[in-house]
Order: sequence, then C-alpha cells, then structure tokens
Amino acid sequence: MISLNVNQKAYQVDADPNMPLLWVIRDIIGLTGTKYGCGVAQCGACVVHLNGEAVRSCVTKVSRAEGQQVTTIEGLSANNDHPAQVAWNEENVPQCGYCHSGQIMSAAVLLRDNPNPTDEDIDNAMAGNICRCGTYLRIRKAIHTAAELQRKEVKS
Amino acid sequence: MKMQMNVIKKYHGTVRAVAVVAVLLSAIGIMAFTLHKDDKSGKADPELFVVKKDSVASVKAFKQVYTVLMSARCMNCHPSGDIPLQGDDSHLHTMFPKRGVDGKGVYAMKCANCHQATNTPGLHTPPGNPKWHLPPADMKMVFQGRTPHQLAKQLMDPDQNGHKNMQQLIEHVDDTLVKAAWNPGEGRTLPPMSHAAFKKAWLTWLSTGAYAPKGK
Repeated sequence: MISLNVNQKAYQVDADPNMPLLWVIRDIIGLTGTKYGCGVAQCGACVVHLNGEAVRSCVTKVSRAEGQQVTTIEGLSANNDHPAQVAWNEENVPQCGYCHSGQIMSAAVLLRDNPNPTDEDIDNAMAGNICRCGTYLRIRKAIHTAAELQRKEVKS
Repeated sequence: MKMQMNVIKKYHGTVRAVAVVAVLLSAIGIMAFTLHKDDKSGKADPELFVVKKDSVASVKAFKQVYTVLMSARCMNCHPSGDIPLQGDDSHLHTMFPKRGVDGKGVYAMKCANCHQATNTPGLHTPPGNPKWHLPPADMKMVFQGRTPHQLAKQLMDPDQNGHKNMQQLIEHVDDTLVKAAWNPGEGRTLPPMSHAAFKKAWLTWLSTGAYAPKGK
C-alpha cells in the first residue's frame, strides 16, 4: 500500500510504485479533472502540484508522491474561486477545455511565484502547456486578470 | 690502513642508505602511479593524485576529452543560450524551458517537473537524474561553440568552472549527472567513448598538467 495525500485528504492505494501518478489520481482515487494528453510530458494536460511544483503526473511515478502533498485541479481552491479559475471564467478562456486543468495548475504556480507577471514571464511559464484550440491569447489575458484579482485580494 | 677501511665502510653505508631510499621512493612512486586514478570503490581519489607535467600527453588526452564534452549528451546541458538543447542534433529543447537563476528552470517549467530521478521508459521521453539541471545563470559553463583551447582554459579556471579546484575536478568525472551521459534513455546516442575511457583521458589530462591545445 502507498500512502498519498491528495487535496489534503489521506489515501492508501494498492498500486505498483512505478504506476504513473496520473493513473492513480484518475483511475484509483477517481479525480478525473486532471487529463491524460500525451503520456510523455510533452503537452501539460496532466499537470498537478507536488509540494507546490507543477509536475507532469503522466511521467511521475506514484512512489515519488508517497508522503508528499499532491494538489489537483479539484483541490486548487475550496469553491473554484482561485483567482486563475475566476479569471478563466471571466475571460471565457476554454474552447474544448481539455487542456485547461493543466493550464490553470501551471498558471497558479506562476501567480504564486510572480504576482505581477509580464507577457514574457507568462510565455516562459506556460510554454509547456499546449492548447490544440489555440486559446493562448485568452490564456495570457486571463493570467493578467488573475494577477489583478490576486493583488486586490491581498489588499482587501 | 685502518683509516682507509673506515672510509670504505662509510662509503658502503652511504651507498646502502641511498639504495634503500631509492627503492622506497620507487615503490611509493609505483603505488602512486597505480593508485592515483582509482581507489577500491572505483572512484578517483584526489589524495593519491600525482601531477607530472607532460604537455604532449596532456594535449593528446584533452583532444579525447573534448570529443566527449562536445557530444550531444554533454553539450545539450551546456548551451550558449539560456535554453537547453535536445536530441542528437542539439536543437533547442522543445517548449523552450529557461535556465532560471539556479539552473533548475522557472515557475511551472522546472526541470524536475518532467525529468524524474530515473529515465522514463520509452522513446522521446524525458531522461532522468535526481539533480537534473543546467549550470546556474551566474556561472553558465558554456561548452557550445567553444574551441578545444577555450574549453580547456575554461575548465581549469575556477571563475568559470563552478569554482572547482583540482580535487573537485578529479571527483567531477564520477558525478552522477556526468555519468548520466552514458545512460541517456532510449533512442539517444552515447558519447563517442566509454565512461572508463573518458575518465582515463580526463585524469591523464589533469595529471599531466591540464595543458590547453594551441589555437584560439
């Protein structure tokens, strides 16, 4: 059995230590907000936070996550009100939506580390998250909006 | 006559002492020569390292070292820019991950977000190592585009080689990230010689004076 902490909830899972974390999250724990895209860390659809870092769960063995803090899109905020989630909604960012849990999880790391990102910062942070619908301009706009929301939250 | 005998005795005593010292020194020399490269664990032991300057042998050894350092497996993480290289053709890494201050990437694009502690199985998957990173921003240790002369000088300059002294340079050949070049994951070409041959050339270069090949 492997001990996991996902979204601040403890789980004991019966899985091969080499199983990708993504499979455990989706197929064993049942949190399907995180998506399978390429399976080889090339697209970013499967990004979750492992101790606050935006790891790609499709190539991360579950053994790496044992005893660590995992956060998925379902646990990013209590009421879907993380500034990135609110901004994504406000700016109508998704088209098909498949990549966006990964996009938001990557954006959340950027916004935590850089509360006022420039376009270049956003490009540097988000270059590993691919969107086949090409919503990149809306993603960039939403991150600026989220940064503004976040700054207002801090002030109030 | 008695005086003559004493002189002869003294002479023989001196010769014997010199001979004993010579034999001891030779033994130490042979031991140092045989032990300087590896201890029992297989790692280079700097304390047993003996430098004997030989510019011809040194330059010859460095030419071998250079072929390895300029191979894709080494050069790809020692780029001239801030984006690592990728593949046997050393193209810019897809997704354009940036070096960052500490060489470990930026924001959601940290090296370890994709590069695990071990190689991920399969073609076109991220190779792994527990400390996967580029050199840091304040000490880029660029290999790409360096001539043999430039690279040899750079490697011996503590202000350009990560502040490494001779001892650390000797030990560096057994660094796990250096050795990862010989375990690069599926579909990637190995450096042009074995790690053992590279280590021999590296230690020979250092032990013969670490001379830089002539040129610019």
